[in-house]
Amino acid sequence: MSCFRKNFNKVLASLLFTAFLSLSSSVFAADGKALFQANCANCHKPDKDYTGPALQGVRERTPDPEWAYRWINNVNTMLETDAYAKGLLAKWKSKMTQFNLKKEEIKDILDYVDAYKPETTDGKSVTGKPAAEDSNYLLYGLLTIILAIVAFILLQVNSNLRKLTDDKEGVRRGEPVPFYRDKTYLMMGVLALFFTGGYFLVQWGIGLGRSKDYQPEQPIYYSHKVHAGTNQIACLYCHGGAQDSKHANIPSVNVCMNCHMAVNKYEGPDVLTHEDGSAVNGTAEIQKLYAYAGWDPVNKKYNDDKDGDGQPDGAKPIEWVRIHNLPDHVYFNHSQHVKVGKQQCQTCHGNIQQMGEVKQFSDLSMGWCINCHRESKVDFPDTAGTGGNKYYNIYEKFHRDMKAGKIDSVTVEKIGGLECQKCHY
Amino acid sequence: MEKKYWQSFGELNHSEEFQQSAQNEFQEELLPLADLDDKGILEVKTPRRDFLKYLGFSTAAAAVAASCDMPVKKSVPFLQKPDNVIPGVASYYASTYVNGGDAIAVVVKQRDGRPIKIEGNELSPITGGGTSAQVQASVLDLYDMTRLRYPQQKDGKDFKEISTFENFDKLVAPLLTGKAVVLLTSTINSPSALQIISEFIAKYPGSRHVQYDAVSYSGMLSANEACYGKRAIPSYHFDNAKVIVSLGADFLGTWLSPVEFSKQYAANRRIRHENPDMSRHIQFESMMSMTGSNADDRYTHKPSETGAIALALYAKLGGAVTAPSLGAELQKAVDKVAAELAANKGAGLVVSGSNDMNIQVIVNAINEAIGAGGKTINWGMTSNYRNGNDKDMAKLTDDLNAGTVGALLIYGVNPVYSYADAAKLKTGLAKTTAISFNGTMDETTELCKFSIPAHHWLENWGDAEPKTGHFSMAQPVIHPLFKTRSFEDSLLKWAGNPLTYEAYFKNFWTTRLGGADAFMKALQDGVTVPATAVVAAGSFNGAKVTEAQTKIAATKGGDMEVVLYQKVSVGNGSQANNPWLQELPDPISKVTWDNYAMVSPATYKTLFAKDVLHDKGDADTYEVHPEKPILKVTVNGVSIDLPAMIIPGVNNNTIAIAVGYGRQSAEAGKTAEYIGKAANGAGKNAYPLAKFDGESVLYSGFPARLEKPGGTYPLAQTQVHGFTENRPVLYETSLAKYKANPEEVCEEPNKEREMLLPYGGKNYNEDATIYDKETLERPGIKWGMSIDLNTCTGCSACVVACTSENNVAVVGKKQVQKYHEMHWLRIDRYFTGSAENPDVVFQPMLCQHCDNAPCENVCPVNATNHSSEGLNQMTYNRCIGTRYCANNCPFKVRRFNWLDFTGADSFPDNQNPLIKEGGLDEVITQMNDDLTRMVLNPDVTVRSRGVIEKCSFCVQRLQENKLAAKKAQDPSMVRNVKTACMQACPTNAISFGNVNDKESDIYKIRNTEQVHRNFYVLEQLHVLPNVSYLAKIKNTDRHVTNAAEEEHEAAGAKEAHKA
Repeated sequence: MSCFRKNFNKVLASLLFTAFLSLSSSVFAADGKALFQANCANCHKPDKDYTGPALQGVRERTPDPEWAYRWINNVNTMLETDAYAKGLLAKWKSKMTQFNLKKEEIKDILDYVDAYKPETTDGKSVTGKPAAEDSNYLLYGLLTIILAIVAFILLQVNSNLRKLTDDKEGVRRGEPVPFYRDKTYLMMGVLALFFTGGYFLVQWGIGLGRSKDYQPEQPIYYSHKVHAGTNQIACLYCHGGAQDSKHANIPSVNVCMNCHMAVNKYEGPDVLTHEDGSAVNGTAEIQKLYAYAGWDPVNKKYNDDKDGDGQPDGAKPIEWVRIHNLPDHVYFNHSQHVKVGKQQCQTCHGNIQQMGEVKQFSDLSMGWCINCHRESKVDFPDTAGTGGNKYYNIYEKFHRDMKAGKIDSVTVEKIGGLECQKCHY
Repeated sequence: MEKKYWQSFGELNHSEEFQQSAQNEFQEELLPLADLDDKGILEVKTPRRDFLKYLGFSTAAAAVAASCDMPVKKSVPFLQKPDNVIPGVASYYASTYVNGGDAIAVVVKQRDGRPIKIEGNELSPITGGGTSAQVQASVLDLYDMTRLRYPQQKDGKDFKEISTFENFDKLVAPLLTGKAVVLLTSTINSPSALQIISEFIAKYPGSRHVQYDAVSYSGMLSANEACYGKRAIPSYHFDNAKVIVSLGADFLGTWLSPVEFSKQYAANRRIRHENPDMSRHIQFESMMSMTGSNADDRYTHKPSETGAIALALYAKLGGAVTAPSLGAELQKAVDKVAAELAANKGAGLVVSGSNDMNIQVIVNAINEAIGAGGKTINWGMTSNYRNGNDKDMAKLTDDLNAGTVGALLIYGVNPVYSYADAAKLKTGLAKTTAISFNGTMDETTELCKFSIPAHHWLENWGDAEPKTGHFSMAQPVIHPLFKTRSFEDSLLKWAGNPLTYEAYFKNFWTTRLGGADAFMKALQDGVTVPATAVVAAGSFNGAKVTEAQTKIAATKGGDMEVVLYQKVSVGNGSQANNPWLQELPDPISKVTWDNYAMVSPATYKTLFAKDVLHDKGDADTYEVHPEKPILKVTVNGVSIDLPAMIIPGVNNNTIAIAVGYGRQSAEAGKTAEYIGKAANGAGKNAYPLAKFDGESVLYSGFPARLEKPGGTYPLAQTQVHGFTENRPVLYETSLAKYKANPEEVCEEPNKEREMLLPYGGKNYNEDATIYDKETLERPGIKWGMSIDLNTCTGCSACVVACTSENNVAVVGKKQVQKYHEMHWLRIDRYFTGSAENPDVVFQPMLCQHCDNAPCENVCPVNATNHSSEGLNQMTYNRCIGTRYCANNCPFKVRRFNWLDFTGADSFPDNQNPLIKEGGLDEVITQMNDDLTRMVLNPDVTVRSRGVIEKCSFCVQRLQENKLAAKKAQDPSMVRNVKTACMQACPTNAISFGNVNDKESDIYKIRNTEQVHRNFYVLEQLHVLPNVSYLAKIKNTDRHVTNAAEEEHEAAGAKEAHKA
């Protein structure tokens, strides 16, 4: 018996080990991709020049294969001492941000970049089944109507048959009432109208002030699909407020110009179209940005500040049309959800990386908030008290309950996420 | 028999009308359809057709409002976002509140570029993070609609704009060149500004700088000059004093540096668990001041007797003087106090609020006799809050009239309003080129030839030296809102210095502090503290004592005498157009928006033959209606008509009148436009009653003639609204009793609690609520507050802080009269003991966040309910305005938005008809102006009409702190969170935190440190409040416990018999 268990344990251990080994290589590859996207993708592409040079094969073309490892963590000093670095600055004009990455991490990034192969895009987006719910409603509606007609015919047949039997048995009734004067039918009709009308009225009333699917035309055709989708720019690079502030914040013009000083034309691959299908000239939209920024694209410099207001002449902030708008009596904090709750932007904003101009994805109604608070689990330390957010150690009762096996997780609701004054004050 | 605690005379003698008014909690004058009661719909004033009209209108309005398109909103991000700005995250900058000579180190909360809240700077050893009502309210002054928006030049009767500062400089230069210029300013204790002024004077030979304080301390400065050879005020250390004797100095409210003194005072009044001890405070005064109401023993006298009392005290302490005879009672008091002072040599302190040099000389002599120098009075470090010289000012007035002043530059003072001899000053002003730097078109600026408004302190660089060696820095927190230029910049320009004040300031401090780093640190901290604290006695010269004695002996009083004082709210009147301060109830009288003639009940009886203390009918006619009879007071040939306000504890021969009210433009109709809607019509100006005696301006002791011109004037008083139904809401005892048996003071509430526990064989604590055990358990945080009645002085800084933090609406005088004030936190003032000279207890009252809340279970729409953290939550957007909750609240802390006070309704300008009809004051539009609304806290909803609101325990702060704690993964960060009231409090009377955390202050106070004094209000109702109070202790041998005196003595006799 004991011998069997021993062997079993050995087999199990070796199985686990192999599984771990086979997993780990893919883990590192995934790390490389994640690291690349978090740190580099804003300015570099693996296979194409962008704000900075294409990174594929960088280890081969630099003075020595170790050069890139030194460069990434010592940009500031090497720019003053290293001839190759000076050459890079002269060519690319903008200074690279200095990082503090481990050697293995840099290796992962560079391995990922070297192994990178562009995906073949067929121009189609994967959005899941469109409007599955709506088609069901249609089906139910059709079924209801068919059933209603069948019921109506049967009732008519029934009354005709009764008339026949009455005639046969010699029972004399008055002229049959036509169905449009029959009180039963009228009553049923009125009730049906009342309930459907009432339903739609209430729905309309609830919908007042809500703006799901709102997709206004913006002063500049800015495509999230191009930036966040195809070019993989991290959401927080532009909307940094989401991790620090209640507002996610629309980036200021200088953030746009970080890249667009170098990127001055749009060459695809995505086809930009307005809602009505008309084509958008991406390069012309970038020119609009230059006008706002006070940038002279010909001489590649900002306009002079002759009027002395501290900004390049002609520069003015962009007046975007606000899409997501909560009522004044609602307090919503992005950092609470992004930093503490670790929610993905897409949870509330939908597949933003597939959108041309932004469209409001959720209805932002209270019911929608509440549902999520009911279901979402907080980052609670496990039964051993490890992992998770240490703040939640404050809930001693839940720890006891978890240990006793009464609960297996803590939802936002449990820590008061449904209470009025979490959002209204 | 319980000892009686009363808030009003009706409550004292339980009059009929008072009872009725207490029954009718929501008195309401009526809106269109309200007079339908008891009548058929057709017979009332509002007939069927009106009803149909309203119906039609509301339907149409609802339809229009509902069918409107959603407005398109714009989001406009920065063009170049500054690195340190994250929209939506508040930043905090250290700065210094400067007004007159007051200089208080503060931290300014700035949100998206707008300063919205002011907190005390905890790094300052002087104020230690404390603030006053005026400091809290000054952020609203920044957004005052009446602030001048550009430089102007007088053009006939009106002013015309001068397009640029360069043009202004060109216009002014020839008027100054070669002239003897006088700079007339308030006390300036800014080292850099003083240096600039001296550079300016050097450039214009023959010029001089005159400092003038609206409420003068010149007599005290002269006395100190005579006694110590230094025209200065020493530092006081109330924290070192075991016996504090104040001769009419309101040092906790308005005298010299009340925030600093409150902090020191409280240090010695806080009762420790081990070896409880506290200072003893005796107040001699004529009126009932806030400081007097905190005294352990208080004696009243005629204002003209102040000097005699000082002399008597000095004589008793061995001074070689003979005092004029005093009344037997006063003499007994003086003997007793002198004995106590003599027994506490080196630990006593005597201060006087008088501006009479002779009295201050005697007070100096007393302090020498009790060895205060170097102990409670520090001459090694002087206070620089007040430096005005009345003789200089008198000479300036003469010179102006003689036409020998080339030009007069006026900054930070409004002497045409506040100077005792304003009439003479006015004629003099016309004979010179007067240039005003004042920020608004006040009484003085109006008469000047030029106006070049200076920045508000929140827009300006600056510094202050409140005490020698202590520097306090100010930095701009917002770009100037208007075309204004700082006073210092103008002087630098006109003195030919090419530097801007910013550059000058930077150079000045970099040199002085020894480097750019030290300067940056000072700016960041807001204060620099001297390395070694100098404590020294002054060398006293008693030569003037005999002269002072002779002069005091020659003082002639009258039968009735006037004393002028400042209120903690409006102060000297410089912030009179601040609606928050105007609506702040006075700590003693609880009157808002007005000043009045404060008289004692006995005086009132003599004057109007009405006895409010004993006659129920008289109490009713006086009290239940806001109309008060008018009294004409004539002093030195100047008359003033004011409503008579009865305050028990005022001396029977005294009438007290507050200065700072009655601001008025030369053309009365322009007051609202020039000085402001809030100041317009609020009270009467009492400054003309003050008198310059050749040495200093005196504010008290003048014989007054009283007349009854007839007529009444309404006063908006808040306190008569509440009523405790004789239930004990607070507990107090004397220090001796507390030492003997600390458990006695809160015996009654503890007994109540125990009695309820086994009720009906159940655990009452758990079973007698509608909430299940799960909800009551509070798995994470349970918020709680504790308020120490012993250190609460009634200063009301918390009330304004709450208003500022929580966007509490201002309702205006007429609405306060109807009991519609919106303050979430009020300070209840209870009189007790003798009705002639009562004791006073202050009790801050706010939502108690009851765990078994009576308000919650009567709400039909569940708009108020309980959170898992013990908060009583109020959800405005769910409230339908039934007011059942307010009706069922035993603490009466819920406020209803009777009207659209905030302009939050969908229809703009719907307040205008009400203002026209006279139901609402015009000041509402001042608060709802786009400029003023910049002060609103964006994290707190602005409430609209028809909803209830109340204290939320500053839930926005709780949430913010919790979020920070979650981000830092540190639960200890929510241990001691600060609410707005707590942070503003200069005496740290309020504590707040997580009761579940055994390391928290609140847990320690309730369970160990203050366990004996801890009680909850109305324990017998079993509402389980989350606010607890600490019982008040008075250091006196008089009877102060809650039991009535006879019973108490009987019990004492019994015990003695037993023994």
